[in-house]
Amino acid sequence: MRNTYVVMKRELLAYFSTPVAYVFLVIFLAAIGAFTFFLGGFFARGQADLQPFFMFHPWLYLFLIPAIGMRLWSEERKTGTIELLMTLPLSTFNAVAGKFLAAWVFTALALALTFPIWITVNYLGDPDNGVIAAGYIGSWLMAGAFLSLVACLSALTKNQVVAFVIGSAVSFIFLTSGLDIVLSAFRFWAPDFVVEVIASLSFLTNFQAVSRGVIDLREVIFFVSMILVTLFINTAIIDLKKSG
Amino acid sequence: MDVSGLLEVHNLTKKFGPLTAVDDVSFTVAQGEVVGFLGPNGAGKSTTMKMIAGFLTPTAGRVQVCGHDVVEKPIEIKTCIGYLPEGAPLYGDMTAKALLNFVAEIRGFRGAERRRRIDDVVAKVNLEEALFRPIETLSKGFKRRVGLAQAMLHDPELLVLDEPTDGLDPNQKHEVRELLRGMAADKAIIISTHILEEVDAVCTRAMIIARGKILFDGTPEELRAGAEGAESLDDVFRAITTGAVVDEGGVEKSA
Ligand SMILES: Nc1ncnc2c1ncn2[C@@H]1O[C@H](COP(=O)(O)OP(=O)(O)O)[C@@H](O)[C@H]1O
Ligand SMILES: [Mg+2]
Repeated sequence: MRNTYVVMKRELLAYFSTPVAYVFLVIFLAAIGAFTFFLGGFFARGQADLQPFFMFHPWLYLFLIPAIGMRLWSEERKTGTIELLMTLPLSTFNAVAGKFLAAWVFTALALALTFPIWITVNYLGDPDNGVIAAGYIGSWLMAGAFLSLVACLSALTKNQVVAFVIGSAVSFIFLTSGLDIVLSAFRFWAPDFVVEVIASLSFLTNFQAVSRGVIDLREVIFFVSMILVTLFINTAIIDLKKSG
Repeated sequence: MDVSGLLEVHNLTKKFGPLTAVDDVSFTVAQGEVVGFLGPNGAGKSTTMKMIAGFLTPTAGRVQVCGHDVVEKPIEIKTCIGYLPEGAPLYGDMTAKALLNFVAEIRGFRGAERRRRIDDVVAKVNLEEALFRPIETLSKGFKRRVGLAQAMLHDPELLVLDEPTDGLDPNQKHEVRELLRGMAADKAIIISTHILEEVDAVCTRAMIIARGKILFDGTPEELRAGAEGAESLDDVFRAITTGAVVDEGGVEKSA
């Protein structure tokens, strides 16, 4: 537990030791602003809520989360520091969890910096702030699920660019697996329960309910278990790689 | 714990696909010994050390450190070992001080104890002037010293140092050797090197490895005596690792 915290602290500081973190935050805020106000028709809708804002989160995460997560393990492999880290007396899971949490805290910070939008909507109208809070929590949970996937994939390669591309691709699959276009491709040949399982793994389906403000325990459980399972797979990958 | 065998390696083997990098190696190292791992590039020195340090899992055989099996008790053995990986990989964006703090915290040292240990080790490796600079801006010599400092921080019973003097200038090499000599009495130390004088300078025991096998295990004096007629240690080394016959005036033909 303590070691997880020590690793997390180091990783979080590592984000801010280069300009990358600041560049990322600026891009994230600019993109989310542009989407919300122009594409989402924030003003034109004439409604005091943040639905146009949350609607774009999954699609932004498709690229921004791999950008945050790609370095987590790839960089350690590339520079060889993984040998330093993994010969210190800490368990593999502690290291995996610490790295994940650092990146997840970083996304929390990025989300927190969107507070002017929340203030704006309160200034312009009288929104249901409970719904907005639920949206933020749901968005952060979904970001965590994406992040754990990307961290896991970055453990497979030395190359951050490869980790980014594969991370985006896999995230896309998980995001859209609930859409009819995707499911119909399976309906032809796969048994019904397989189609249902695939549909239930969709981040988009799970997030949509949340972004409308109904924070259901089911979605929370979905994202949290998604994160935990992926962290265990991540641990297994690191341990397996020891066998060379 | 049985001090006579701080490190016990039994029939250790590592295969990478079809390649056998370490081939059925066995040896024991006791407290007070400084073992020099010698061998040409690709001999399997680093692979052996990685298995001892618990970074690679052996394909066959086992390693015991401070009485614990490396695979079964990974955390315990990592508490007992100080390890400098080949090339001294370090987090370049951290300062030397921050890195040592990180390692100290993972090793469970806090507060005054942590400060005392870091001050101690920093003085030992002469790192004061580089302490607050990002590691990526440090010279090779300083980087190596940071690597040594993190390996020595917890005063481990077994030190495993992969090419600790590689890339250092003669003065720096001398310093590191002095440092190792000073610590030798109450530890077991293994260093890998391909510099033969290093063995003469610091080691109580030399092991020559080539193609994953131990070809020689004895004192540096025995190593010298082992090949009569050889003019220098280099000749002995070549004779052992290439299987060439040593004749008057050096290595002449293959056996
Ligand atoms: N991760 C790896 N995958 C495949 N081959 C490896 C790996 N690590 C080392 N080797 C091979 O194992 C052999 C021994 O390498 P190494 O232990 O690094 O030698 P040394 O340290 O004595 O120079 C070399 O042929 C090397 O190419
Ligand atoms: Mg080597």
